[in-house]
Amino acid sequence: MTDATVSTRVTATGPETALPLATSSRARRRKPRKKAAMGPRRKITWDRIWAQRALLAMAVPLLLYQILFKYVPAYGWAIAFQHYKPGRGSIWNQKWVGFENFVNLFTGVNGERFRRVVVNTLGQSVLSLVVGTLGAIVLALLLNEVKSLPFKRVMQNITYMPHFLSWVIVASLAAVALSLPSSGGFINQALMNLHIVDQPVLFLTQPNYFWGIVAGTNLWKELGWNTILYLTAITAIDPALYEAAEVDGAGRYRKMFNITLPGIRPTIVVLLIINSGWILSTNFELPYFLGNGLVSERAETIDVFVLRYGYQLGNYSLAVVAGIFKTVVAIILVGSANLAAKRLNQESLV
Amino acid sequence: MSSTLVAKPLTRRASRGRSPRRQWTVERVVFTTLNTTFLVFLSALMVYPLLNTLAISFNDGMDAVRGGIGIWPRVFSLQNYQVVFNMQTLYQAFFMSVLKTVVVVATNLLFTSMLAYALSRNEFIFRRSITLLFVLTMYFDAGLIPNYLLIKDLGLLNSFQAYWVPTIISAFNLILLRTYMKSIPEEVIESARIDGAGEFRTWWQIVMPLCKPTLAVVGLFVAVGSWNSWLDTLLYNSGEQWLSTLQYELQKLLSSSMNAGVNSGGQAGSAAAAAAGGQVTTPIALRSAITMVAAVPILFVYPFLQKHFVSGLMIGSVKG
Repeated sequence: MTDATVSTRVTATGPETALPLATSSRARRRKPRKKAAMGPRRKITWDRIWAQRALLAMAVPLLLYQILFKYVPAYGWAIAFQHYKPGRGSIWNQKWVGFENFVNLFTGVNGERFRRVVVNTLGQSVLSLVVGTLGAIVLALLLNEVKSLPFKRVMQNITYMPHFLSWVIVASLAAVALSLPSSGGFINQALMNLHIVDQPVLFLTQPNYFWGIVAGTNLWKELGWNTILYLTAITAIDPALYEAAEVDGAGRYRKMFNITLPGIRPTIVVLLIINSGWILSTNFELPYFLGNGLVSERAETIDVFVLRYGYQLGNYSLAVVAGIFKTVVAIILVGSANLAAKRLNQESLV
Repeated sequence: MSSTLVAKPLTRRASRGRSPRRQWTVERVVFTTLNTTFLVFLSALMVYPLLNTLAISFNDGMDAVRGGIGIWPRVFSLQNYQVVFNMQTLYQAFFMSVLKTVVVVATNLLFTSMLAYALSRNEFIFRRSITLLFVLTMYFDAGLIPNYLLIKDLGLLNSFQAYWVPTIISAFNLILLRTYMKSIPEEVIESARIDGAGEFRTWWQIVMPLCKPTLAVVGLFVAVGSWNSWLDTLLYNSGEQWLSTLQYELQKLLSSSMNAGVNSGGQAGSAAAAAAGGQVTTPIALRSAITMVAAVPILFVYPFLQKHFVSGLMIGSVKG
């Protein structure tokens, strides 16, 4: 079996090796694409399937499992086209209403609330993503300048410790930190000691602060963790580049901007692609825990809407429509980000 | 701290000739000082909220309401922990959290690594299509309500199975493991074949031991996720008290004290305190103690595994 696979691979690579000889610009552009690198497609025959029965036995049951738990639930999307009442039993025993729920959610009675929910989700996510990415890059650059290894290691360990705390705990810590000094609100305490404010600010009751609070808390939790990838990317940069730059008289900042930042560009692109798909899904816990009646106009996100409106109030149909909207947008975003990255000849995800 | 750091390299001036980077100009000293100061300040910011909570949890409850506690208790007391450790529901929740985490980590590592092995084999015919189907699930999500309905239709509601059955594979960890397995030299697997090992034996006896560092990282990710989750309890298992988890209990307590306590100084949540057997404590102190109980286990685990992070994480994300 081993022999067979090896020999097919060798013969099949024949035409593939000829590819680089083609000099047309299109062929050259096609070369770095992943598909070509993975080797050409071989014919799938029953013989080969039988020969790989062990691998199939390892993969297929788990694939079926994954389909059951990740794709099959989409049957629930039928609810989006119904007036769903949990009391009526199965979802095939409901009243069908066509696109009424979609119309209702996007333009109708709930339109205004839903638009606000989408804006909140985008606002909180984009702000968190931008602040988080910039913060992580800056911290990685600063940590990279630390020459004392033990100090660097201690700093890294401390900064990525919050990543391991649950959102329940983080939200609790944030609520305490932002409360009145008498409840342990040290942020207010510090602001008053520095004479920036004379009266404590009730951060969690002011809608205008909410997005910032979410972004700030996210930054606190994930800052150190996000630097890990950038730091490893920096260490992968060829030191010869720095030496050459130094010979040319480049200073520290010049080296940062002209070598380090371009060097970690692929990492930044890949992480942005990965994160772009989650832009409507992130930020569930914080707005859920920290949000309250006073700030809900800025706090409520799609996920919170789905949980509160759908799961807790039993209005399943509208919640499912909101969920479908989220998934469709996520797929479109990842697809286009991935495509854009391929066009730019960067690393791509799939 | 910063002064010693700056002073030490200055004495190395004699070794200037070794590398141009060793030169200590004024600009460099100023930068290093500022950088070190900033990093120390930043890490203080990271640790302070936790130390503050720790101090409050060891402080007398009534005294804590006065506020102003820094990183050291003002009136030392173990009473809050006595109250916490007297709450029967919290005991149950703690052990449920542990049990759930152990089962989820074990099943997840087993199944994810088995699939990762199959997908790492270059000759495997369906590897691209299967991988794509798994990667897509990172973004394709049927949604909260459809998932809930599936769990309900499968009869998993209010059962321990609802914790681990839906999560035996995670796509991200699958890619991480698969990429690492691909880096294992082909000769190692070939020689196992020559010695007569089948796929299952190669996976279990050859590949798995070689993957220990990555398995440790994946295991840690999964453990953290499972220990920290509360939504699964809320959605699937909130009907049975014995299935409640620590984070869920904490969340219940926090949301009752947070909604009313945002600006009032936390007089609410006393229901929880009252439930604690009539002992005198305050919501603020009690909440701090429970927060520590929920946070400490995970903070104890990660230093032991953190040396594997960097390699594991890099394999997973950059080359995905």
